[in-house]
Amino acid sequence: METIIEVKNLKKSYNGLIAVNRIHFRVYRGEIFGFLGPNGAGKTTTINMLTGLARITEGQIFLKGKDVTRNIKSVQKIIGVVPDENNLYEELSGFDNLCFCGALYGMRKKDREKRARELLNLFGLDNAGRRKFSEYSKGMKRKLTLAAALMHEPEILFLDEPTTGIDVASVRQIRKLIRELNRKGATVFLTTHYIEEAERLCHRVAFIDRGKIITTDTVEKLLDANRDTHLVDIRFKPVSNDVSQLPEKLHRRFPDISCTLKDSGTIRLTSRQVPDIAPVVNYLASEGFFVLEARLIKPTLEEAFVKATGIEVDLMNK
Amino acid sequence: MKPAIAFWNILYKDMKNYYLKPPNISWGLIFPFAWMGMLLIKSGTAFSISEVFPGIVALSILFGTTSMLSVTITFERKSRSFERLLLAPLKTELLILGKITGAILFGLFNSIIPILLCAGILKAPVSNWFLLAAGVILLSVISTLLGLFISVAATEVFEAQTYSNFFRFPMIFLCGLFIPVTALPQLLRPLSYILPVTYGVDVLHYSISESHFLPPVTDLLILAAFSMVLFYFSIYNIRRKWIK
Ligand SMILES: Nc1ncnc2c1ncn2[C@@H]1O[C@H](COP(=O)(O)OP(=O)(O)OP(=O)(O)O)[C@@H](O)[C@H]1O
Ligand SMILES: [Mg+2]
Repeated sequence: METIIEVKNLKKSYNGLIAVNRIHFRVYRGEIFGFLGPNGAGKTTTINMLTGLARITEGQIFLKGKDVTRNIKSVQKIIGVVPDENNLYEELSGFDNLCFCGALYGMRKKDREKRARELLNLFGLDNAGRRKFSEYSKGMKRKLTLAAALMHEPEILFLDEPTTGIDVASVRQIRKLIRELNRKGATVFLTTHYIEEAERLCHRVAFIDRGKIITTDTVEKLLDANRDTHLVDIRFKPVSNDVSQLPEKLHRRFPDISCTLKDSGTIRLTSRQVPDIAPVVNYLASEGFFVLEARLIKPTLEEAFVKATGIEVDLMNK
Repeated sequence: MKPAIAFWNILYKDMKNYYLKPPNISWGLIFPFAWMGMLLIKSGTAFSISEVFPGIVALSILFGTTSMLSVTITFERKSRSFERLLLAPLKTELLILGKITGAILFGLFNSIIPILLCAGILKAPVSNWFLLAAGVILLSVISTLLGLFISVAATEVFEAQTYSNFFRFPMIFLCGLFIPVTALPQLLRPLSYILPVTYGVDVLHYSISESHFLPPVTDLLILAAFSMVLFYFSIYNIRRKWIK
């Protein structure tokens, strides 16, 4: 596998605040690589250093094997960037925005107009091409920003939270397009704080938190780490008396199972083997609980992420 | 070829979106008339056109370029569209040249009306058209570069506007636009000498009435040197400050 991005010991500090703390990773040609982490983890800062918008405090960046730590300009022509906030020209039309972006990469008028029309079509924006960017909806803006990054057909795409803040239909469409672009050969580096996005879209994922990469692996391997963990959620009718003792009581009764209370009406069982649920349910019933449902939970990247970083996922998606 | 395409499109976009907008065009047309009118009312009598000609031309250029450039750049930085330029495979020098050329051309455009007005309609004699043109061009360049200098210092659009005024208004008095530098109090003169506009105005004076305090060639050389220094100093600062 050819390494297309290599980052060694990369560090960024802003007047003493360390935003990115000596990270290492490699991205292989043709993969979708995800940077997953909560707000302030250092995702945008890393992208900015990789694309030439932030100076590198320490460490090295290699793109296509070339050391570009000090001279990223020489490779900017092969990279396309979708920043965390849309940054096209509000007063230009969608079509003119795309053409202008193409021109910045030296594309000739005929080529950039043809490409702009193709992209507007690909993103379902044909009818909006003549309208000003400022009149676009959020989803349309996000799509056009992605289209702008594709004008010069870059080999590497950097997407900073490509689907944040837009509706489900647009999210699905954008994800589909990212997969298609990747299939056609583009290497994709994307950041997200949606675990589900990383899981669905990425071949490999790095968990980043407070400037540090905690683990990097393929999605399958990250999931495998939790394969031997089985989760069952048992939902019961909420009761008025105190249930905080319930997990401990259950654990004493069923030592192989550890229990946590998710809310006043749900308890989560975690065990190494597939747990035998019937005795647990019977026990709960005998204790006066009205059990509504018992559900086997398929381990997702979420569990792997929580295990690796100790960050509760609910906090991240807020 | 590729850099030329990028350069031209940066310039073309700015011309179309900022400089050739009706409010800006009309500003360039009304501004010199307003100043002429004011001077006329103030003096109460006819005054020598040759004396105010250089001042009106310099003012029109100064007010057309400095704040236009600093405001548009600060605006684009604030809305982050400027990042597009920094992400493109373009040398900083080239993209900045693309940005300032529009303002320089706008400065030239703004000088046309006062020149037509003074030399054409009011028949002020011009003794050296070549020097007038050289003076106008270098004044446009230098006042645009002052705008660039300001946009490096400003982070908000209102700051760009305020800083522009902070520079421009004292220059009306200090750079010999209407009061000859040699008539200023001794104490203020060093200030005049460090402001590049002084030398541009001196060239204009020479090209019209041949009154001056430095030989025009010296003025032009000083202006060219100032331009180079301001340009490269701004580039240096842009690389240092805009890529954090
Ligand atoms: N220009 C800057 N000046 C000072 N500090 C900065 C700057 N940019 C980022 N930081 C700091 O660096 C840290 C990492 O920020 P960064 O934007 O990279 O996080 P992120 O992972 O992209 O977060 P989010 O999910 O919110 O976009 C934060 O503590 C932030 O405050
Ligand atoms: Mg971010």
